[in-house]
Amino acid sequence: MKYVFMFTSDPAQLAGVSEDDAQAVYGKIYGWFQENASVITDSGAELQPVETATTVKHGGVVVDGPFNEAKEVIGGFSVIEVEDMDAAIALAKTWPHLEFPGVAVEIRPMVEDYSQFE
Amino acid sequence: MSPSDALLATTIREESGRLVTALYRRFGDFDVAEEAVQGAVAEAVTSWRRDGTPRNPAAWLTTAAQRNALDLLRSRGRQARVTDRLAATYDEEAPTAVGEDPDDRLPLLFACCHPALAPEVRLALTLRAVIGLTTPQIARAFLVNEQTLAQRIVRAKRKIVATGIDLKVPDDLDERLPDVLAVVYLAYNEAFVASTGSTHDRDLGADAVWLAEVVARSLPDRAEAWGLAALLTIQHGRAASRFTPNGDLVLLRDQDRSRWDAAAFKRATEHLERAASLHAPGPYQLQAAIAMCHAEAPSWAETDWLQIVALYGFLIREDPSPVVRLNGAIALAQLGERQAATALADVETLAPQLAGYHLWHATRAELLRLAGRDAEAADADRQALELTTNDAERRLIQTRLRKHPLTDGS
Repeated sequence: MKYVFMFTSDPAQLAGVSEDDAQAVYGKIYGWFQENASVITDSGAELQPVETATTVKHGGVVVDGPFNEAKEVIGGFSVIEVEDMDAAIALAKTWPHLEFPGVAVEIRPMVEDYSQFE
Repeated sequence: MSPSDALLATTIREESGRLVTALYRRFGDFDVAEEAVQGAVAEAVTSWRRDGTPRNPAAWLTTAAQRNALDLLRSRGRQARVTDRLAATYDEEAPTAVGEDPDDRLPLLFACCHPALAPEVRLALTLRAVIGLTTPQIARAFLVNEQTLAQRIVRAKRKIVATGIDLKVPDDLDERLPDVLAVVYLAYNEAFVASTGSTHDRDLGADAVWLAEVVARSLPDRAEAWGLAALLTIQHGRAASRFTPNGDLVLLRDQDRSRWDAAAFKRATEHLERAASLHAPGPYQLQAAIAMCHAEAPSWAETDWLQIVALYGFLIREDPSPVVRLNGAIALAQLGERQAATALADVETLAPQLAGYHLWHATRAELLRLAGRDAEAADADRQALELTTNDAERRLIQTRLRKHPLTDGS
């Protein structure tokens, strides 16, 4: 099954992380993508910081900022393909960034079967 | 319960989980499999009561569930050709009860107790899918709104299907088994509290004991699984004396011990010995050992409190939750006046965590009364009364308040 991993964090909590620690984890993340290349169908994207977000709302209203008011922000996403939810959870648990407080990985199954729309 | 209803209940319990698993393996859709079996259970209740029990109840259920599954797949309009092809092969196959191995219920149980599901829906889903309880039965047993419950179950089943939660025993058993055991434990204890001795069409306590034993037998090298089976077996062995015929709650100290089930205690002892032989102690085994001390005591006064206090010491080390410490304090208070004073002091320290819990107030009332502080005890009982939502418990506290009228003239 295909899942999207949404990599999220709380910038306020990450502010306390030292530059060295952040760099070390960044290196591990690079390794993570290499190690798991066989199940990553689309490595997706790493996003610019949330301060760069612009949102277009209902009615065409353009506003500065992300779509919701939560402290946690989405920092990137990837598409993975694994056997089942347990495998997806097991893989998400190895996400190197999780060693920092406020970091989370949201797992969402992708719609793959469009037969209901045919 | 009439004999035919009892047979119906045990047949449903034995077959439901297996059928859900088998239909899931066949059609690959958990929601369809579960709905099909629920439908068959509902049909069985009506049809067996009307026409009598069929010669082979298990085969009857299997046939009905298979037919429902095919109907559901057709009506959902998906995989129409696959369905027709499968339907054709069904006519050739004799309906057999699927899966004789008790293990085939375990993958289903792990799916229903999956950490991706909200904790509050795991129990309801387990009772429906694994044991074959209907939503109205679950709603009645746990005193919850039937419609809300039904919606929660639908959402949980959709999540299982949509997120690709497979029916399997997980690799990380150490991490996942506690969730399963917690649900089985809740199945018993929620039923225990909600039940006021009135007759239901299923004996939920017996169902929970049965499920605990299924888990233990399927995972025979897991000490805590045996510990839980022992614990629930003992608790159920005392169930008959927990309520008066009027549905009034009887405290352990006042229970008629001649009504306790010695055969159940013997079975529980075997479970506990099995657990002990695995040398992996844990909270369920300790609770079972404490329950066994009570089961073996001829009376409240002749209970081996020293042993129980020692066991609570170990249990608190494993599980220092406020409720466990509260129960430990009650045991400690039985050792003598000095220990009762210590126990009361312990209970007072739990106020920040347990001030909203009726049994904290009720326990405090008891210990205050032991210390001769009757006015404060009555106040505590009144607080307990305000907080309890259970009728049987409310009546018990009211009786206690009547027995101990205020002596300070207020």
